[in-house]
Amino acid sequence: MVLPMLAVICMTMAGSACQTVKEYQKSRLNDGEMVLGNRKVEKTELNFQSYREGASGANAGKSGGGCGCN
Amino acid sequence: MKRISLTVLGLYVGMLAAFSQSDTDSTQYKRRKLTLEEANLISSYYHQDGNNAAVTGGIGSERLTDLSNSFELRLSKLDKKDRKHTFDIELGIDHYSSASSDKIDPKTVSSASSADTRLYPSLNWSVENKKGTTLGAGLSLSSEFDYKSIGINAMVAQKTRDKSGEFSLKLQAYLDQLKLILPVELRTGSNPEDEKDYPTASRNSFSASLSYSQIINQQLQVAFLTDVVYQHGYLGLPFHRIYFNDGSEGVENLPANRFKIPVGLRASYFAGDHLVLRGYYRYYHDSWGLDAHTASIEASVKLTPFFSVTPFYRYYTQNGVTYFAPFQAHDPGQEYYTSNYDLSAFHSHFFGAGFRVIPPHGVFGISHFNMLEVRYGRYEKSNSMQANIVSLNIRIK
Repeated sequence: MVLPMLAVICMTMAGSACQTVKEYQKSRLNDGEMVLGNRKVEKTELNFQSYREGASGANAGKSGGGCGCN
Repeated sequence: MKRISLTVLGLYVGMLAAFSQSDTDSTQYKRRKLTLEEANLISSYYHQDGNNAAVTGGIGSERLTDLSNSFELRLSKLDKKDRKHTFDIELGIDHYSSASSDKIDPKTVSSASSADTRLYPSLNWSVENKKGTTLGAGLSLSSEFDYKSIGINAMVAQKTRDKSGEFSLKLQAYLDQLKLILPVELRTGSNPEDEKDYPTASRNSFSASLSYSQIINQQLQVAFLTDVVYQHGYLGLPFHRIYFNDGSEGVENLPANRFKIPVGLRASYFAGDHLVLRGYYRYYHDSWGLDAHTASIEASVKLTPFFSVTPFYRYYTQNGVTYFAPFQAHDPGQEYYTSNYDLSAFHSHFFGAGFRVIPPHGVFGISHFNMLEVRYGRYEKSNSMQANIVSLNIRIK
């Protein structure tokens, strides 16, 4: 549980260091490569990883259901 | 008199100007019909091999090939209150062939054994208002020979006042039914003549996904993600054999409940003018005693504003679940047991590269062919299983 706690602490620190970014200053943040979620081309990769590995979730993907998985 | 006339005329012109100003808003054209925002075709070819197939009790070929195609449409419209409604429609088709599945009943060549096709349509709707609140709901179905699934979801998201952060909550439920197809030598009666004659069992998954994303500055944004997942029902598979240490044979038996908590952190950083770095870390824990860590990094190098190359690397490690043991290592007196190596202790490397083309006048000069992305990855597990995957995304806009 140490690592998740560290992650939360990092998030909090990052949050406190936030700058206000206006819409016209978001050209880099809005770049297609900067997306925080999964890109569509990664969809099947996430699918096979969730079957070939015991862990899944926390990646904005599916968290169960849908396949018998051989 | 002349001065009064000029004053009246001035007032009239002023009033006219004031009305014409207000008319500007009402004449602003806003398209309220349902319009197609984009269409995506995602295809992939996946091939794996190894020597620890769960169907044959932890030994034997894991060779499997999967061809996957998914077609997605995104439609949107504005309602009378200027709220944007978005509709995501998806139809996916996977076709796989598997060497180990063929060992369930080697005498039959049916969809239940060597190959199968999975169909999975889904529909999601969301509406966002001007205050940055998004509400959504969705329905999904999945069907293959021995497995049917119905999924429902609802979500709510709220942007912060300065629109630099967003909190979201998504609730999902998957209600699944699987056919209890036993290995041929363990069947007591005759083979069912109709697929409807197989006994079935249920598997239900409920999850709450929480996320918070935050813009840190003009180049950096991060997201914190966590799920709380509860699964209940038949959580093993009836054709996964177990060979016990006394020489007897059975099928895997796993607890009827599983509680999972993954916690993840993502960050995207625009370094300089030509490089985007994306990082991800996840810690996972579940009630079967499985702990896992996942870390990945990818670097998109923009060779031109419209063409980027993205090498990536992902590392994953897990300890095994409490109930795992290899071929002929389980004691028949145990309550739960599996020889599925996906639940054993291992680490894996996944690496590769992709490219993305998004020219201003369309790919190959076709204006609506907005984007093309191709990606190749190689996956290597420490227990010798390995896989290759090639994926393609075509976007029409």
